[in-house]
Amino acid sequence: MKTYETDVAVIGAGAAGMASAIEAKLLEMEVLILERDRELGGITLQCIHNGFGLHEFKEELTGPEYAQRFINEVHRLNIPYKLNTMVIEITRDKKIFAVNKKEGLIQTQAKAIILAMSCRERTRGAINIPGFRPSGIYTAGQAQRFVNMEGWLPGKTIVILGSGDIGMIMARRLTWEGCKVQAVVEILPYVSGLLRNQVQCLEDYDIPLITNHTVTKIHGKDRVKGVTISKVDRNFDRIIGSDQFMECDTLLLSVGLIPENELTLNAGAELSPNGGPIVDNNLETGIEGVFACGNVLQVHDLVDLVSAEAKRAGKYAAEYVKSRYQKDLKKPQRIEVVAGENVNYVKPDYVNKSDLDKEIIFTFRVSHPDRRMQIQVKDHPNVVIYKRRKLYVIPSEMIELKLNLAKKNIDPDCSRLEIEVIPQPEVLIENED
Amino acid sequence: MAECKDEVLKEIRCIVCPTGCTIQVKRDEEGEIVYEGYTCKRGLDYAKQEFLAPKRILTTTIRVKNGFLPLVPVRTDKAISKEKLEDALQEVAVKVIPAPIKMGQILIEKIAGEEANLIASRDLPVAH
Repeated sequence: MKTYETDVAVIGAGAAGMASAIEAKLLEMEVLILERDRELGGITLQCIHNGFGLHEFKEELTGPEYAQRFINEVHRLNIPYKLNTMVIEITRDKKIFAVNKKEGLIQTQAKAIILAMSCRERTRGAINIPGFRPSGIYTAGQAQRFVNMEGWLPGKTIVILGSGDIGMIMARRLTWEGCKVQAVVEILPYVSGLLRNQVQCLEDYDIPLITNHTVTKIHGKDRVKGVTISKVDRNFDRIIGSDQFMECDTLLLSVGLIPENELTLNAGAELSPNGGPIVDNNLETGIEGVFACGNVLQVHDLVDLVSAEAKRAGKYAAEYVKSRYQKDLKKPQRIEVVAGENVNYVKPDYVNKSDLDKEIIFTFRVSHPDRRMQIQVKDHPNVVIYKRRKLYVIPSEMIELKLNLAKKNIDPDCSRLEIEVIPQPEVLIENED
Repeated sequence: MAECKDEVLKEIRCIVCPTGCTIQVKRDEEGEIVYEGYTCKRGLDYAKQEFLAPKRILTTTIRVKNGFLPLVPVRTDKAISKEKLEDALQEVAVKVIPAPIKMGQILIEKIAGEEANLIASRDLPVAH
């Protein structure tokens, strides 16, 4: 078995992997990137629409342009990478086992590992739609790769389940390629993706958005012939008598993403309920020297935010190799970060007490949309150390807080920090009479 | 009431921010075009643009000959008139570009007669 050694090994060469590798390289680390696909770039290569790069490059780019700039930088810095290389195992002592066609099984001993494997899409199996197993059922991202990179159309008459951004963008994309998109069906009472996509991808082309509905049956034995859609009640149960048949030869599913953490779990790192590994404020997982960033940690709305987070992971990994690696340092004392009212999850899961005087970035999502809200951080049940007003909160928008906790007078002996989103306290209104 | 006589010409959903104001474009009694329902200057500007001359960036793919991939992603370097999107797509559909291609390379000049070029969104080497 061929063996390699490196300071920092990065798993995945998408937006997160490339940005973290570049950052670690700029901090004089020896870096190796392992990528399972045929080229560098990751999923942004198939996101050919525009809207990327406004934070990172201060201009509006398409996904491939965004990726190309990072690919060019990887080449300029001569960062080594292996393509068509599938990592199959990582160990606590930071050995990485991978396979590729040229070398067979290979082993890489790293001093630090950055996990940047991103997500996979939820499939039909995850949402249990009854019916046969005909051809013509795809996830939206899979169809996006077919149409934008391979030159294949998934079908001619399409129904899309789920109003996430990829689903809506594919509705327009397939319309432009000559398909008839019958409808985008959404189980929630509101659209899941951005308003911009609802307007420019659906309303511009008169594609109906049917909320409070879901697909309850797939018709057809060899090929999809249509779907039954049904209205759902508040518990997402089908309302009897609301069924309607919709003809189509293709069903696209845009029903969520699952962080791809099998490697993480097998290595022994714990995951949090959002599906990403539990990390501290240095993005370090439960395994010392193993860091996580990008969509494998938490699903982001914008690739720019992925790159920003990944740069931090690259920096923390380099700092680890330079200062803590091979020194048997005691684990720092930590404060747990918990999701309070109307908060779905928060990253990081822990803050090291030694970092209270540093700027820490908290990212989280709300559980349900609301207006006139206040974001609060509490270090004890009734002690608010930070608050900020926010007019409008929605689960599809990741909220970011940058806080220096020492400056907010956090109690250094507290054991938990709670972030919550509550209605703005009522302003007293005087009686009108 | 004056509002009752106003003729609603178009309803525009503002996409500038997540608030998503609905802006009504109306003709008032004097025949003037008025915009109602916006809550900021950017929203008003967007509504005017969207009512008078809606524009979009076109992002699609073009077929490639002898490339590492069969397609290259492309975009217009400026927004083009929304009405011209269909013409532009037709122009793109019949075109085949030989590899190699560099990001930013102009593949179709003045697409659909607009003041915009269609450019490649990535490098595309020849097939190995």
